[in-house]
Amino acid sequence: METSSLIIFALLLPLVGALIISRLDSMPNVREVFTLLTSTSLLVVVIALYNRLQDGQTEAFVVAEPFAGLTISFALEQLGMLFALVASSLWIVTSIYAIGYMRAHHEKHQTRFFALFAVAISAVMAICFSNNLLTLFLFYEVLTLSTYPLVTHAGTEKAKKSGRVYLGILMGSSIGLFLFGVLLVWFYAGDLTFAQGGVLSGKLPEHLALPVYALFVFGIGKAAVMPMHKWLPAAMVAPTPVSALLHAVAVVKAGVFAIIKVTLFIFGPDFLQESGANHWLIWFPMLTILLASFIAMTKDNIKERLAYSTISQLSYIVLGALLANSLGLLGASMHIVMHAFAKISLFFAAGAILVTAHKTKVSELSGLGRKMPFTFAIFLIGTLSIIGLPPFGGMWSKWYLALGTLEFSGPEFTRWALLGTLMISSLLNIAYLGAIPMKAFFGKLPEGSDKTIKEAPLPCLIGLAVPALICIYLFFSPEPFFSMAQQAVSSGQ
Amino acid sequence: MIHEQLSVLLVVIPLLAAPITAMFNKLSWSWLITLLVCASCCFFSAWLLMDVANGEIIHYELGGWAPPWGIEYRIDALNALVALIVCIIALCTTIYSRKSVEQEILPYQHGMFYAAFQLCFLGLLGITLTGDIFNVFVFLEISSLASYALIAMGKNRKALTSSFHYLVLGTLGATFFLIGVGLAYAATGTLNMDDLAAKLPLVENIQMVHTAFALIIVGLALKAAIYPLHLWLPNAYSYAPTVISIFLSATATKVAIYVLIRCLFNVFSLEYVLTTWLPQIMTVLGAVAILYGSVRAIGQTGMKKMLAYSSVAQIGYMIMGIGFLSQQGLTASIVHLFNHALMKGALFMAAGLYIYRVNTATFENLKGMGREMPYTFFAMLIAALSLIGVPGTVGFVSKWQLINAALEQQQWGMVVIILLGSLLAIVYVWKLVEVLYFQSAEKIRVQGVESGSERIGSSPLGMTSAMWILALACIYFGFNTELTLGTAGTAVDLLFSAGGTK
Repeated sequence: METSSLIIFALLLPLVGALIISRLDSMPNVREVFTLLTSTSLLVVVIALYNRLQDGQTEAFVVAEPFAGLTISFALEQLGMLFALVASSLWIVTSIYAIGYMRAHHEKHQTRFFALFAVAISAVMAICFSNNLLTLFLFYEVLTLSTYPLVTHAGTEKAKKSGRVYLGILMGSSIGLFLFGVLLVWFYAGDLTFAQGGVLSGKLPEHLALPVYALFVFGIGKAAVMPMHKWLPAAMVAPTPVSALLHAVAVVKAGVFAIIKVTLFIFGPDFLQESGANHWLIWFPMLTILLASFIAMTKDNIKERLAYSTISQLSYIVLGALLANSLGLLGASMHIVMHAFAKISLFFAAGAILVTAHKTKVSELSGLGRKMPFTFAIFLIGTLSIIGLPPFGGMWSKWYLALGTLEFSGPEFTRWALLGTLMISSLLNIAYLGAIPMKAFFGKLPEGSDKTIKEAPLPCLIGLAVPALICIYLFFSPEPFFSMAQQAVSSGQ
Repeated sequence: MIHEQLSVLLVVIPLLAAPITAMFNKLSWSWLITLLVCASCCFFSAWLLMDVANGEIIHYELGGWAPPWGIEYRIDALNALVALIVCIIALCTTIYSRKSVEQEILPYQHGMFYAAFQLCFLGLLGITLTGDIFNVFVFLEISSLASYALIAMGKNRKALTSSFHYLVLGTLGATFFLIGVGLAYAATGTLNMDDLAAKLPLVENIQMVHTAFALIIVGLALKAAIYPLHLWLPNAYSYAPTVISIFLSATATKVAIYVLIRCLFNVFSLEYVLTTWLPQIMTVLGAVAILYGSVRAIGQTGMKKMLAYSSVAQIGYMIMGIGFLSQQGLTASIVHLFNHALMKGALFMAAGLYIYRVNTATFENLKGMGREMPYTFFAMLIAALSLIGVPGTVGFVSKWQLINAALEQQQWGMVVIILLGSLLAIVYVWKLVEVLYFQSAEKIRVQGVESGSERIGSSPLGMTSAMWILALACIYFGFNTELTLGTAGTAVDLLFSAGGTK
């Protein structure tokens, strides 16, 4: 098969899956089989595409050309491949987990849930393989729209209110700022294609680099750089599998992925460094890392605490992109992978606690670890990986990010502030995430508590174990992600 | 070339069919005749467009009298495109209309209704095709008179007052236009547009030309509902019968804007327009219209009225594009003229389906209807996203083009206003979506649908399919812009080269 048709296949497969799933409302078991079938075959297709890419097939192909020179087109590229691999492999895990979770939790509208989930994945695939900024923007919007009903899934007043915040911030920022940025790039460069070394160099006046770049950093609301972060805690009203895959992996990573893409292939790291646009902007992700960590400490609701932790971790990636040097970008790309596996374990564990013990607050977890040792062990692994300790994958990305800060081209003071932030943030991680398993294992079970609490259903446990194991595996061998990130970064230079 | 006869056929067919329709006072027959008329007109106009898409101009002399004395039909890419969209909308509206007319219009009026509809249709086509400025007035009156009657047929009693309101303002506009034309005639002694364009610059009595210009522009602005002359529009569109709301919202103001473009560029030349304040005024009025229309749309409590105010805002985009007086800006306006017809048509059709089912389109009664009528809801959603300008829809194409035009002239304020307009559109569209999809019905819906039953249980195929045609067109033309952007580009080249030679 042609590479181009294979890419189209990867985009259409989840859509067709969604169509079939939506017709199977009356047969939940068959529907679940189709969900798993679709997700597995998607992974196979993505792996096939991965092999093509390693053989060096990267030619772009055009689907439509609405304006002269401005196309909807797709191509294979290392960074997109990395993201596609993460998203599609985690979709399988999440599907398994979701089947257990949704049934144990007796959620309504499960068909709609699984169908829209597949649509969202299709949009993510399109974002991964997009060959220019317009295509990326198009599917960025599709992703927002298809996840909106998932956020408001519960249909309660609170869910609707959160949905409004979600849509308001994401669509408002993308149409008001992101689109404006895209337009300015088109106006100055006359080209939106992702190209090695960027397209803006020499075309955009240097004094405009800062405002235009700021339009992207804030306009890509999915990256949740403060003050654009409010939607993420709001989205936590969604069922846990949604929070896990979409709001720890697919949606938020689509945001930071877009920022890295823009940095590497639209501005070009060299141009950014020359113009100094990143020297000031980098303070925003830096402050976001710290502030989000502090806010996370004050949150008692587990999912909200995880949401603020995600905000802080996303800003690691944005910070890595804004460093605009090869080590920082490498760290940022790696962190997409590492954070995805670690955070999804955490969310799954939180979901398992909710489903079986019906606990949503950190303060209620005392002693629960002895009842659910497996779940909390996974939680601990996720936590340690996020903190960045060996032997967990999270160490590598933090390592390269830290090295990247040392090579930062900005003022001396900023450089040390950045390094300091990374170190302090790791300590804060211990404080707000580490506290949870500690409390669960060493705290005392309150008097008169439910004695029947036990581990979550089997599909949930499988879903829990897989990403946690991958976290460990990635420490010993961060392949193929490492070489892909390295190639992506070096091609952008 | 034989094809030039096509142009006159477009007007003659409905003109002959209208009285015949009036005689058959039976719904099925009059519907069928109208359908045939619209389909054949659609076919001919597509043919015409193909002939002129490469920049050719077709001249047809009515009755063999050579211009400037005789009336001439003059078709280039611009009016062929406008004629095509008028025909497409007329065809879709007719497909849609049958059940809706059966429900909303009194049985003895069916024949008259379709006859008036065809007259309105032919009037709009005539305005579009003719190359004679007095002839424009004649057709303007034909279409306007027909539409006053059509609007007054609305079931709500407010239809009568809104129709009267429209009649007063519409007549005022037409009179202004006529006086303007009269003055131009007094100054030059000709009514043919080409001839006028050649002779107007030679007129020494510049005061008279100024007066004619001002009167013509204000008259057309009234017809096109350009802010602040839009007052007739919201009521007229919301109380008219559904079918008429669809047809007029998608075509009537568009045709008036077309005449405006024609007058600015082909009658009065670009150089002349540049000596006036008009471009700046139009840009600013466009900006105000965008903000005002969107804000008012947010405040509405009924779907039809919300859509009507959104039309005021969308007209603002077109006026702003004209006001830039650049190739890019004008292309944006023309493309938006086409695109907006598609999306507003689809949206009003969705509103009509809700009215068909629950007899009203106020938000209070529409709660939860989106879940009950998912197919209608999704078609509406596509059109509504296009109203916001989400990429992949037609709305994005025109907004992208318009913003580029603004950037080209470094009009940063206008860029911000266009983006702000999109954000406001998100607000009102989402208000609608929340009502339809997320709120649950509070009380039993609707009293007394004609058939005697509480409400109607299913949506007729004709209505839904017509709506889906337009909704899918919203997506198709969002990706394939060869027809829209390509033709608009050709049209704009012609307009600007005409300005250059004179």
